[in-house]
Amino acid sequence: MKRRDFIKTSVFATAGTMLIPQFLKAHQSGIAKDANGKILVVIQLSGGNDGLNTVIPYRNDIYYKERPQIAIEKQKILTLNDEIGLNPALESLRRLYDDGRVRILNNVGYPNPDRSHFRSMDIWQTASNADEYLSAGWLGRYLDASCSGCDIKPHHMLEIDDTLSLAMKGEKANGLAMLDPRKLYQQTRNGVAGSLAKTFKDHADEHNQVSYLYKTLADTESSADYLFEKGNLKGSQTEYPNTELGKGLKTIAGLITSGVDTQVYYVSLSGFDTHIGQRNQQDRLLKQYADAVGVFVEDMKKQGQLDRTMVLTFSEFGRRVKQNGSNGTDHGTANNVFLIGGPARSSVVYNEAPNLTDLDGGDLKYSLDFRDLYSSLLKDWLGADDEAILGKSFAGLKGIV
Amino acid sequence: MKDAVINNSLLHLYRRAGFGSIPEKDISIKKAVSRLFQESETFAPIKIVRSESEKTEMSDVMIPVSAVDMRKDRMRKNREEIRDLNATWMSKMAQGENVLREQMSLFWHGHFACRSADSAAVESYLNTIRKNALGNFGTLLLEVSKEPAMLQFLNNQQNRKNKPNENFAREVMELFTLGRGNYTEMDVKEGARAFTGWGFDGKGEFQFRENLHDNKTKKFLGKEGDFRGEDIIKILLEQKQTARFVTGKIYRSFVSEVPDNQRINALAEGFYKSNYDISQLMRTIFSADWYYENVSKAMLIKSPVELVVGIQRTLGGAEFADKEHVLYIQKVLGQVLFYPPNVAGWPGGRNWIDSSSLLFRMQLPYLMAGVATPKVKAKESGDVNDQTVKKKGENAKIKVDWSKWASRFGKISDEKLLPFLSAELLAVQPKPSVMTLISDKNKDIPDRTERIRRLTLSIMSLPEYQIS
Repeated sequence: MKRRDFIKTSVFATAGTMLIPQFLKAHQSGIAKDANGKILVVIQLSGGNDGLNTVIPYRNDIYYKERPQIAIEKQKILTLNDEIGLNPALESLRRLYDDGRVRILNNVGYPNPDRSHFRSMDIWQTASNADEYLSAGWLGRYLDASCSGCDIKPHHMLEIDDTLSLAMKGEKANGLAMLDPRKLYQQTRNGVAGSLAKTFKDHADEHNQVSYLYKTLADTESSADYLFEKGNLKGSQTEYPNTELGKGLKTIAGLITSGVDTQVYYVSLSGFDTHIGQRNQQDRLLKQYADAVGVFVEDMKKQGQLDRTMVLTFSEFGRRVKQNGSNGTDHGTANNVFLIGGPARSSVVYNEAPNLTDLDGGDLKYSLDFRDLYSSLLKDWLGADDEAILGKSFAGLKGIV
Repeated sequence: MKDAVINNSLLHLYRRAGFGSIPEKDISIKKAVSRLFQESETFAPIKIVRSESEKTEMSDVMIPVSAVDMRKDRMRKNREEIRDLNATWMSKMAQGENVLREQMSLFWHGHFACRSADSAAVESYLNTIRKNALGNFGTLLLEVSKEPAMLQFLNNQQNRKNKPNENFAREVMELFTLGRGNYTEMDVKEGARAFTGWGFDGKGEFQFRENLHDNKTKKFLGKEGDFRGEDIIKILLEQKQTARFVTGKIYRSFVSEVPDNQRINALAEGFYKSNYDISQLMRTIFSADWYYENVSKAMLIKSPVELVVGIQRTLGGAEFADKEHVLYIQKVLGQVLFYPPNVAGWPGGRNWIDSSSLLFRMQLPYLMAGVATPKVKAKESGDVNDQTVKKKGENAKIKVDWSKWASRFGKISDEKLLPFLSAELLAVQPKPSVMTLISDKNKDIPDRTERIRRLTLSIMSLPEYQIS
């Protein structure tokens, strides 16, 4: 019997677990014991999104004084309270805000901020200190810790991309990068990869590198099969914007609604390194972002999936308060973070607006450590041991998820 | 391959010390080791960055901030030149005579991991590493520490009297010499004071700026004096722990990921006694009987660069049709030369492998042979200036002379071809079921060259081929 047929059989088989193939059993005993378990979707804005032109302290004169050419015109701002408002490109986000699904965190960062893209991104992805180098990401370590002793499958965490981010690499287990289940399935069917994977027998010699490679291959193939069978191949039925992020979120929505056993999704939007002519570039990207997320959240709501789906949006750093000489901004430090989704409640701006007078060499000082946010997401949303995963105890943020 | 004999020890040596090149003749290990060292005795610097005179007209730091276009232009040039350095070094690895020197240089690039946006600084750093790769570790350490690229990367340019920056002093101990836990925070502070004044000038030359140097007494690792940077490096070399730490790392990269403390201590003892002679250490390792025993228990996972260069070396030094593609492959697989993830270098080992990287690695021989086109996109770094690396390698092809390759196996009978090729190309022999798969996939190909080509590619795309 072919594996695909085998799965089809087992879907209809109710008589005990005897008929369920081994690899399906494995992830059933895995991290999600509950088909309605919580889901985290991470959206990474690569390049350092300018937070001050995203969530704007529109009552602050310093903002307008320091940004004569690139400040957002006061009358266009989508006000949220009497301190801050959103960039007009974020109209779709505003709708979600009014629907009670958005939490905005200001001034999120870490001590001794690094202004290099690659370094600061690694710090955010590994949840390390600024002077510490970790080779496993925070979500990878979540996957490691999610079930010790049981068989973790790559598809428990999916990145919608061709290559896997450091955030998704653990010490023992890794997430899986793929553009969509069909492409992944074809990849594993390409050449002999699939047949090779079938030659793998679990002889559990942990130190043997060849076994490790074959196991990775077999796991990849079994995840590819699983997602191809169980996942919704067309993605969601809802119409999404025809952008890369839109397509990525459509794929994710399709997978979530089909009930696959995946707890974390990861997707990136690049282009935020706006040293020159920022307004056009950033506004265009923010619109892409908000429009795609807007459709995604509405879709999840319609499908009854929103209560268990939380979207985290971050960037590796914010940008300098003062604009530079070419109508752009240079690398900065603390930034805002969005949490969208989860159970319905009132939206909030979680903490104070950026302080534009008390700066650190022209850059914002952080007041929330991003690892406090991770700690809450791990503990309160994903139900994991945050301290073990983050390597130390963080107080977390109250009432955030 | 006149006598068509497989010498597993010889192949093992060349996989690890020679980027997987295949020796033309069956010679003794002793002879092969001598030859590898002999071939690497000479050193020729890589010189492609624009000439000093052109550069000194106006050094990068002197360009006014307002001259945006000029700066942008300069940055672009720098990036292109760093890319050229990468491709040039890759082709030296793939084709050059000094294969052991390049193999060791790649190791030292990971050990003294460093990034710089200035192409002249990168070139100088690279040549310092290549020049000393098989020389004296003390000299290598001192010279790399004085490289502008390193001083800049670890912020020693900002390390000055009364305003110390400890970055360099810490990493020189944690990552280059002693390893974590073998020094105190006080040693970091005092060491940093000794390195004050170490910097570089506008021409990219090392400069000791005496007026920025803290010349008061420092206490460092139990010694006391008005130390300068050179003294700190001398004291670090006096510590046996430095020999142990460096030997341990070499052992993990060239012998096995599972450390054998007894062996490492003996090697480190010799390394220390030889006053840090790298060649002598490597010769001892490559000549040891244990190096060739239980090889299957000491498997190493090839780094992306080793994998790519290995395919090229094996196939007679085949060159890329377009050097940009080598960067695309590096990017997809996570090892771009001169862009290590951080000062600790690439973590290596199983860290190279995840589902997508493994699938790409298995597809790579077909891409390089021009049989398949890559459909995978490399990730964007987010840096707006980082657009010089192509996101898709449209045609990541190398130029292979397949009939020359096939002629090596002229004396091998048809039915022995697969096991013979497999023995030559793989550190670990596949299970019979895998061999059957390959054999079935490549049957009924009448043309012998074509058959050998297909079999070679099939073997190179196996998980076993990821092992060195």
